[in-house]
Amino acid sequence: MRTNNTGRLLLTTLVVGWFAVLILLPVYGIAQETIKSGLSLALSSLNTPHARHAFLLTFWITITAVVINTVFGIIIALVLVKQKFRGKLLIEGLLDLPFAVSPIVAGFMFIILFGPHGWIGSWFEGQGIKIIYALPGMIIATLFVTLPFVAREVMPVLREAGLEQEEAAYVLGASPWQAFWRVTLPSVKWGLIYGITLTVARSIGEFGAVIVVSGNIINRTQTATLHIHQEFTDFNYAAAYAAALLLAILSFTLLITMQTLNRRTNES
Amino acid sequence: MTIAVRNIAKYFGSFCAVDNVSFTVEEGELVALLGPSGSGKSTILRIIAGLETPDSGEVFITGRNVTDLTAQQRKVGFVFQHYALFKHMTVEKNIAFGLEIQKRPKREIAEKVSELINLVKLQGYEKHYPAQLSGGQRQRVALARTLATEPAVLLLDEPFGALDMKVRQNLAAWLKELHDKLNITSVFVTHDQSEAIEISDKIVVINRGRVEQMGNAHDVYEHPGSKFVASFIGQVNVVDASIQSNKIFIKDTDYTIDNISDIPNGSDIVVLIRPEDITLEEEPGVHRLPCTIKQVHYRGSFYELDLELGGFSIKALENKNSFRKERWRENQSAFMHIKHYKVFETEEGHSLIREQLRQLGYIE
Repeated sequence: MRTNNTGRLLLTTLVVGWFAVLILLPVYGIAQETIKSGLSLALSSLNTPHARHAFLLTFWITITAVVINTVFGIIIALVLVKQKFRGKLLIEGLLDLPFAVSPIVAGFMFIILFGPHGWIGSWFEGQGIKIIYALPGMIIATLFVTLPFVAREVMPVLREAGLEQEEAAYVLGASPWQAFWRVTLPSVKWGLIYGITLTVARSIGEFGAVIVVSGNIINRTQTATLHIHQEFTDFNYAAAYAAALLLAILSFTLLITMQTLNRRTNES
Repeated sequence: MTIAVRNIAKYFGSFCAVDNVSFTVEEGELVALLGPSGSGKSTILRIIAGLETPDSGEVFITGRNVTDLTAQQRKVGFVFQHYALFKHMTVEKNIAFGLEIQKRPKREIAEKVSELINLVKLQGYEKHYPAQLSGGQRQRVALARTLATEPAVLLLDEPFGALDMKVRQNLAAWLKELHDKLNITSVFVTHDQSEAIEISDKIVVINRGRVEQMGNAHDVYEHPGSKFVASFIGQVNVVDASIQSNKIFIKDTDYTIDNISDIPNGSDIVVLIRPEDITLEEEPGVHRLPCTIKQVHYRGSFYELDLELGGFSIKALENKNSFRKERWRENQSAFMHIKHYKVFETEEGHSLIREQLRQLGYIE
């Protein structure tokens, strides 16, 4: 296939170039800007109480969202793949809603629902529990935007694995619970890990929905992304770039670790 | 360790997959459930294993009614057509699975696993994953995994269906050997009549969710109880005929196959003749029918002949050693002698039988 070589080379160049422009160049830009304003300044800007608080808040929201959405994601995938019921197609369609709805719209929906005067929020307000402009609201917003990831990644793997392996486990004396832990879960391991990775990345990076429901209160409800936005609009560019670079590095490390792990298991 | 199935029925929606089926498998028997695809044989097997719930009827294993027990509680061995090996586990781990569920001591598990690895001749493959094995090897792992927990009975769902011819024959012979050695009561599902005839002690022929006939391979083959069984067990020629003056006349000809007295004159009948029950002769004689040789196919250990007899095409098989090829040419006239045949009255109507046979691919 000699004649195709030029075409193939062109396509490869296009892909590499596209990645360079869209992904590598911006990261390089942030790194460059951070270094230009001085590494010590960058480090000290990350070490302020409100920066530390923002990153810590992002960390806790991410952990909570990942745990909850992993459990629910697996349950959703199991139910949608293995069970037949009325309205299944509707549910499956709704699963993608968080992808389709703009995060800022999602944020407003939660304000209507959970705000101090909202349908559900007013009841909680009466119990002295604040949801909007507080941590619970931010977690709910993050849960919403990351809902589809685990379910969507696990479903195709689950479908492909089929029923037979579980049936084999049953006839070998396994209970449904044992079959789930020993057979079903390991067989969807990679879909699950990929779904979790995407959930983590999205939770760390979520901005739109969170800014609406959080009220963006420094040292209280400001996450890492809101912090970057704040520093940027306050013309503290060095601090904004440093925080942005840290966030980017975190996400990249996560993705690359997962890719490497995946490759290593596939090779063994 | 017997299995008894009593009047089981299973519907999928309005489709009746299993229709009032009963049979018994005696201690140590190897029984084949034989039938075309979609006949309900796999569903019957899955009902015995507890993987499907029958709508009515009962299943007994070792005399105990297990109808209401789950698959987990029944402790039968089940081998799946597509192996159903745990893909993320090594051969060793797959075989150990049932023992680990039973929480047996580690040392005992290790001993049992290595014993089974030897039994299924997979030494050296302990650490391999299923994806690294051939189809035949995978099926042997599946069998070892099933045998590990020493089940009371062994159920095999088209165990060799996904394998190619050569591997299938080897594995079938090996299964027979293994069964004779372990003497475990077994039921296997197959659509391959030669497989059933080769390795089973008893054949249960299933058609449209019902038991058509039960018996040992010889009985079912030589004394088919219905047109379906006759045509399904082995290849068969179908000839329309009628009875006149106590003779069987091939339809619309003067050719008589034989004398007959137990069917009234004027009846329309169907004559089923197995290809191996036909011999070719050069000279005419009593009950020798004039025919034309259309084609001669070399099939390795035998010859397959396409003959024409009164407008019907007939297949005949001739042993390689007794068949002198130089005597017969294509388009040559000859005489056929029918050694055995089976007559069925056509009370159900010709078209129905022919349609059934056509669906099964026995006639065009």
